[in-house]
Amino acid sequence: MNKPIAPAAPARDIKAIVNAGLAHRHAAERRFRLYGLVAISLGLAFVVLMFASIISKGYPAFWQTYIELPVAFDAAVIDPEGKRDPKVLENADYAALVRASLRSLFPQVEGRRDLRALYALASSSAPLQLRAAVLDNPTLIGSTQPVWVLASATVDTFVKGNIDRSLDETLRPIKDQDIAWVDKLRADDRLERRFNSILFNHGDSREPEQAGIRGALMGSFYTLLVTFLLSFPIGVATAVYLEEFAPKNRWTDLIEVNINNLAAVPSIVFGLLGLAVFINFFGLPRSAPLVGGLVLSLMTLPVIIIAGRAALTSVPPSIREAALGMGASKLQMVGHHVLPLAMPGMLTGSIIGMARALGESAPLLMIGMVAFIVDIPKGMFDPATVLPVQIYLWADLPERAFVERTSAAIMVLLAFMILMNGLAIILRKRFERRW
Amino acid sequence: MSFYLFLTLLLLSSGCYYLGRRRAFTVAGDHVRNLHSLPSYYGAYTALWCGLPALLVFAAWTALQPSIILELVTNALPPELRTLPPGRLDLVLNDIKNLVNGNIVSSAPDPAILAAADHYRNLQLIGNAALWIAVMSLAIAGAAHAWRAISPKLRARNRVEQVVNLFLVISSTIAIFTTVGIILSVLFESILFFGKVPISDFLLGLQWSPQTALRADQAGSSGAFGAVPLFAGTLLISGIAMLVAVPIGLMSALYLSEYATPKFRATAKPALEVLAGIPTVVYGFFAALTVAPLLRDIGTALGLQVASESALAAGLVMGIMIIPFVSSLSDDVINAVPQSMRDGSYALGATKSETIKRVLLPAALPGIVGSILLAVSRAIGETMIVVMAAGLSANLTANPLQAVTTVTVQIVTLLTGDQEFDSAKTLAAFALGMVLFVVTLILNIIALHVVRKYREQYE
Repeated sequence: MNKPIAPAAPARDIKAIVNAGLAHRHAAERRFRLYGLVAISLGLAFVVLMFASIISKGYPAFWQTYIELPVAFDAAVIDPEGKRDPKVLENADYAALVRASLRSLFPQVEGRRDLRALYALASSSAPLQLRAAVLDNPTLIGSTQPVWVLASATVDTFVKGNIDRSLDETLRPIKDQDIAWVDKLRADDRLERRFNSILFNHGDSREPEQAGIRGALMGSFYTLLVTFLLSFPIGVATAVYLEEFAPKNRWTDLIEVNINNLAAVPSIVFGLLGLAVFINFFGLPRSAPLVGGLVLSLMTLPVIIIAGRAALTSVPPSIREAALGMGASKLQMVGHHVLPLAMPGMLTGSIIGMARALGESAPLLMIGMVAFIVDIPKGMFDPATVLPVQIYLWADLPERAFVERTSAAIMVLLAFMILMNGLAIILRKRFERRW
Repeated sequence: MSFYLFLTLLLLSSGCYYLGRRRAFTVAGDHVRNLHSLPSYYGAYTALWCGLPALLVFAAWTALQPSIILELVTNALPPELRTLPPGRLDLVLNDIKNLVNGNIVSSAPDPAILAAADHYRNLQLIGNAALWIAVMSLAIAGAAHAWRAISPKLRARNRVEQVVNLFLVISSTIAIFTTVGIILSVLFESILFFGKVPISDFLLGLQWSPQTALRADQAGSSGAFGAVPLFAGTLLISGIAMLVAVPIGLMSALYLSEYATPKFRATAKPALEVLAGIPTVVYGFFAALTVAPLLRDIGTALGLQVASESALAAGLVMGIMIIPFVSSLSDDVINAVPQSMRDGSYALGATKSETIKRVLLPAALPGIVGSILLAVSRAIGETMIVVMAAGLSANLTANPLQAVTTVTVQIVTLLTGDQEFDSAKTLAAFALGMVLFVVTLILNIIALHVVRKYREQYE
């Protein structure tokens, strides 16, 4: 007889096969899940790492070392004729006072080279500070006053512990004798760390201890002002036209495709446009916030238009129909009802666009906003630089003190970005409406 | 000066708004309902008539005045100055302008130049005075016209709405003008460049050293404009970036959409998107000062030669920057796959990862490819990271530990600093810009097309 085919046998086989493979499959499942978790943790770790690296490098820049010098405001040096003529006071040799005071602190130092090293302890801005003090109050002349002057960047870096004193003398920027002097000053309580207000009040400088971001901040402000004044009205108008008025035809299709493509054009190409059109063709001034603002507004426009259209579509048609039904014209319907309801969404989109414009630097390099500019710009036509470009410029400089300041400038930039994005989120949360 | 005129015009125009509105009430007599439009439209009508024509004339005048004055001054110059070669003449004119603006002049000014500067100043004064008179009289004439036209029958609302509509239409064409401007500006300079360097040399040449001799008689390099090393460098760095960004971005998107609890997703997703909001200059700083030295130290420890501006450092950091692009775009794509497909797979006994690998990914593949293409175009056009962390010398190499340069880096180095607009060096930047624009445009068009096609498939 033929063997009866047991119907249960293959079923048991399948079960066995499945069961045999199950451990392997579950392991694969767990592995896959782990890969996903690892990927996310890597991404988040990068965020944390970057912030940690920048903050740890940058926070010391918010403090600055000052040295107390007993300055003898010697009348023979400042005002030999005793007439207190402001012209004479202005042109006196204040550096000599600083030098004399340093010599009085360390009378044992001799020899040209050692003396020069000693004089380098104080920043080159110290004479200017003394001049300002004397011009402010001429009665100082003839007296001896303790004056807190800015320490040089090397001293500052050393005091902050960023130079390892156990290194060989030839490998560090500060010499043994300098260290001895600084230790003596510290022992005498003549060193102090204060909040670094220079960082926020001064323009750029070649001396790290005198360099600040005020000029870049003002440049960013004027640039963004131009950007906002141009891109917001034009962006809103375009969004309104395309969403509410435009007939569906080839022309509006072309505009739409164009806007989507512009949103993905590399930013540096906008810089080329700015250079060729605004500077060479229209002859606008180089390095001016006006041109920077024009270029950035062309870049920001697509962002505002796309956000604006999304906000307009989220307004339900019933509102439009109700307004038209009450006899409003189409423009009244948009102006009185649709636009106010879509405005929070449009503002959110614009703020995000402005935040992006604030962080943008590549197109501004093309139109000459990378110059070394000490003066703080006073208007849209003055040569200026912006905060991200200032960061780029400082990042190239080798001094440790500039690395610190670059990181601090990045922290300020990130603070502004967080502020703007936070504002956008609050706006959205506060005014978001679900219909 | 012109700012005050603008302010005056603005004040005048807003004054006209109230006048027009009052006038509308007056002509309406006892009942406002006699008017065709709301009174405020009559006000706006008057304000527009007052401000708009004057503003247009003002803008045209400000744009044209300097060149007209310059022309007049040039013609009034003594013949020996006027017949100078164009370059020298420009210098003379520059001196005149500097004198007028009270700036420091290069040399002791010639009496003829001084006279010309006086002439210039006079013309400027006359021009400005004429501008004030013209603008103001036009504004008043416009307002008077509107004032006279206001009657209960005047269709003020329709007129005002026509103007607003015109503004809307013009605004919407600015996007087109921007694109046209980009194309024209890169195209013109590129054509000039290809007049000096054959296009085949540019696209196929293996040597890139854009230093040209400054003077005709100068010995030295005549410049080589073979862009292949730049393209190779760009591809190398973007390739490294994609090697970092695609696995991490795609796996994060899969985990967030398929495995993560809603709570975890709600915190991890925005945290990951922080990476997209950080300015690129910050990434550049991070790459140049943290990642590159780290890689060099690791390389030295392993006995490898790592350049301090290695392609690896720039590529790694660029990859980090692109992670959120890949993850959020593929997240959209994965979420668009219908739930029924997942359910079908689970019903057949597949585990989650098997469903993802065998059902979800094949179904979402076109969309994922599209989002990767968008990310690639982003990587190619990225500037600051490579400017700060990649090298300047054009090496033709596939070794990620060496320094390479990219298209964007070369554009920046060629165009920052002093430049002459007719040298091949400057024009080369525009040719590179054109290549960049065209390549990213093609990538974007393909990617958008693929993504849209794919979305339609499941809608």
